[in-house]
Amino acid sequence: MSSQNHIERQEYNITVYTENQIGLLNRIAIIFSRRKINIESLNTSPSEIEGIHRFNIVIHETEEVVRKICGQIEKQVEVLKAYYNTNEDVIWQEMALYKVPTEVIAEKALVERLLRENGARVVVIRKDYTVFETTGHREETDNLIKVLQPFGLIEFVRSARIAIIKASDGFNRKLREFEKREPHQEVVENEYLNSRDKVFTM
Amino acid sequence: MKQVTSNTTTPVAEPKKEVKSLSGAEALILSLLEEEVEHIFGYPGGAIMPVYDALYDYNDRVEHILVRHEQGGIHAAQGYARSSGRVGVVFATSGPGATNLITGLADALIDSTPLVCITGQVYAHLLGTDAFQEADVISITAPVTKWNYQVTNADEIPEVLAKAFYIAKSGRPGPVLIDITKNAQLQKFDFAGCKRCDHIRSYRPKPLVRKEYIEQAAELINKAEKPFVIWGQGVILGSAEQEFKAFIEKAGIPAAWTIMGAGALPSDHNQNVGMLGMHGNYGPNVLTNECDVLIAIGMRFDDRVTGRLDKYAKQAKVIHLDIDPSEIDKNVKTTVPVWGDCKETLPMLTQLVEQKRHEAWLQKFKDYYQQEVDAVIREELFPTSDGMTMGEVIQQLNEITGGEAIVVTDVGQHQMVACRYAKLNHTRSNITSGGLGTMGFALPAAIGAKVGAPARTVVAVIGDGGFQMTLQEMGTIMQSNIDVKILILNNQFLGMVRQWQELFHDRRYSFVNIQSPDYVQVAKGYGISGQKVSEREGLKAGLQEMLSHKGSYLLEVMVTRENNVFPMVPQGCSVSEIRLQ
Ligand SMILES: Cc1ncc(C[n+]2csc(CCOP(=O)(O)OP(=O)(O)O)c2C)c(N)n1
Repeated sequence: MSSQNHIERQEYNITVYTENQIGLLNRIAIIFSRRKINIESLNTSPSEIEGIHRFNIVIHETEEVVRKICGQIEKQVEVLKAYYNTNEDVIWQEMALYKVPTEVIAEKALVERLLRENGARVVVIRKDYTVFETTGHREETDNLIKVLQPFGLIEFVRSARIAIIKASDGFNRKLREFEKREPHQEVVENEYLNSRDKVFTM
Repeated sequence: MKQVTSNTTTPVAEPKKEVKSLSGAEALILSLLEEEVEHIFGYPGGAIMPVYDALYDYNDRVEHILVRHEQGGIHAAQGYARSSGRVGVVFATSGPGATNLITGLADALIDSTPLVCITGQVYAHLLGTDAFQEADVISITAPVTKWNYQVTNADEIPEVLAKAFYIAKSGRPGPVLIDITKNAQLQKFDFAGCKRCDHIRSYRPKPLVRKEYIEQAAELINKAEKPFVIWGQGVILGSAEQEFKAFIEKAGIPAAWTIMGAGALPSDHNQNVGMLGMHGNYGPNVLTNECDVLIAIGMRFDDRVTGRLDKYAKQAKVIHLDIDPSEIDKNVKTTVPVWGDCKETLPMLTQLVEQKRHEAWLQKFKDYYQQEVDAVIREELFPTSDGMTMGEVIQQLNEITGGEAIVVTDVGQHQMVACRYAKLNHTRSNITSGGLGTMGFALPAAIGAKVGAPARTVVAVIGDGGFQMTLQEMGTIMQSNIDVKILILNNQFLGMVRQWQELFHDRRYSFVNIQSPDYVQVAKGYGISGQKVSEREGLKAGLQEMLSHKGSYLLEVMVTRENNVFPMVPQGCSVSEIRLQ
């Protein structure tokens, strides 16, 4: 069973639309920790709608687990909606910053070339160090670490992942449904349940 | 980051009320009155003193019951909520007062009990300074509340309280905790009245009922040859007992209950085939793995009910009716999900199902029952051996109450025996800690149950272990003059643990031998009459004395030391591997 699980496991991007509430981050985080699930990446930001927050969470799990997790997240009073998507379903980016000694860059033309090849952009140049930035997928930001390591990489940091759902047309229309008193099909739909083929086998 | 703004909650109406200057504490009391709160279970302390001060002026409109421990307070509120169907209200102070609520919160969350707990908190400017009696109550209670919120400004109180009650009782009910800093309790603000809450945009208590699933469910049921209904507390929480009865009677389907659903259908109803799960009845467990359509109503497939999941009802099509969408497909894969309030979905289903009688199938349950009678029940209820059994005590109790009493149970062997055998004529008559299995639950819960249903007889069936966890609540009984019948089944062991040690740990009885004080004397100290019965001859008279006594009474019955509860589905086994001995 565990080996089978292993095969099914992959990265999922969970997108959560929420009210802006102190303590909600904790409530969402403990849904994962209670089940001993590691959060690979977590980002909170505003959304396209004022006052509505958006969480992007990445976990490496089976679809079964992700589906249940989203069900639990949606149970939180201040959560409007939780979606999950595979990497194929989203456009995603992470940003990384690299600090290297300026003298090495200045001396070695090679470094400059490598940076250019890796799509890095200079953010700051000081006498003692230079900070570069790249944006992209994990492999791309990781790659530059390897490249810069031999040249005395001083500091590295990578941001959480942010992801846009390819098939989504935003949350505005949904929100209007949420504001209605009577539940509407749109609001209560549970994508995963609706699309289950098993439901209809009789 | 203030959440409670008017765009998220919509008032029912805008009553034109005069604005007056009130303290947060007084606004809190008025908010409780607006929610028609009549009883509060609580315990005061430094950080909640302004609330208690405000309460002083409203003594005639709301009854505060002073408990002996905050855990007792919250269990009492749970018992109150479960016997009355109303929201239980608890007051506790900051720090230790609040942390003493945790067990009850966890219990209420897993058993879906509507509660609003108000805790005091240190002054807002002291938050995070390790102030005297400061505990991070919002973080500590996040995993064990349906919702919680910290109030630091008095003017938030009316709206937050309205929200709290709405959330606690709507949809799948649960406990809500509101933590109010002392400055917010003291602060004066312009109070414009209370408005009840009936909408929060991010919160959908009831999922939309989908007709196509009802139709599919009806079709499955109509085609079924061996349909089997299993129901849980959802039927009671949804006040859908009548709708439930109408459904199973029309469709002619045998129905079994989880421990939390007990009483929703009278024990002696012809189609009530008994209890599910680890110590449930033989037939319902075995036939779960034989039915062709399993209709689960307001229950959540707890592991104590399902046993080994990969061998649970694999042959059956599963229809699951639940108000909480996250329960669908959580443990058992559903063929047809019918999410919604069963008060609405059951009548829709009843309309579509054909009038039927599954006589032969129902008879199968009865045949299994007869086997169980021969192997277990007869000897348990009418023992031929010397020592008294727990079952015979419950049997005698049934004969006297006729099934009219509310039976509150603690946790352990006596709980399983009482739930298996207690005759229940009415709904909201079985109050037990099902999901969390909290020892110490029964006595305070019985207090609350009596307050919530004063016209009914309340019997608390408790083990000698569990009674010693919360027996101080006899002080509450004494002071508030609450009529609770305390029935201690004393086997001089932590019986359920001993049973497991006997069966699964080679009889290595490790720390299950528990001593008791003289309970009758202890009760006497609290002004509660009582007696101890050690011989069968005295049992009936003892029970009669207890039930006819005016006011509380403690009856201690000495039962066989090493009796085991059977049938039993051993942990990790399939329901069809249920053992009769
Ligand atoms: C608070 C708590 N602690 C421990 C347990 C574990 N436990 C379950 S049943 C049981 C024994 C209960 O003994 P007693 O109250 O005498 O009842 P009996 O089983 O003998 O009827 C114990 C210790 C529990 N359920 N709750």
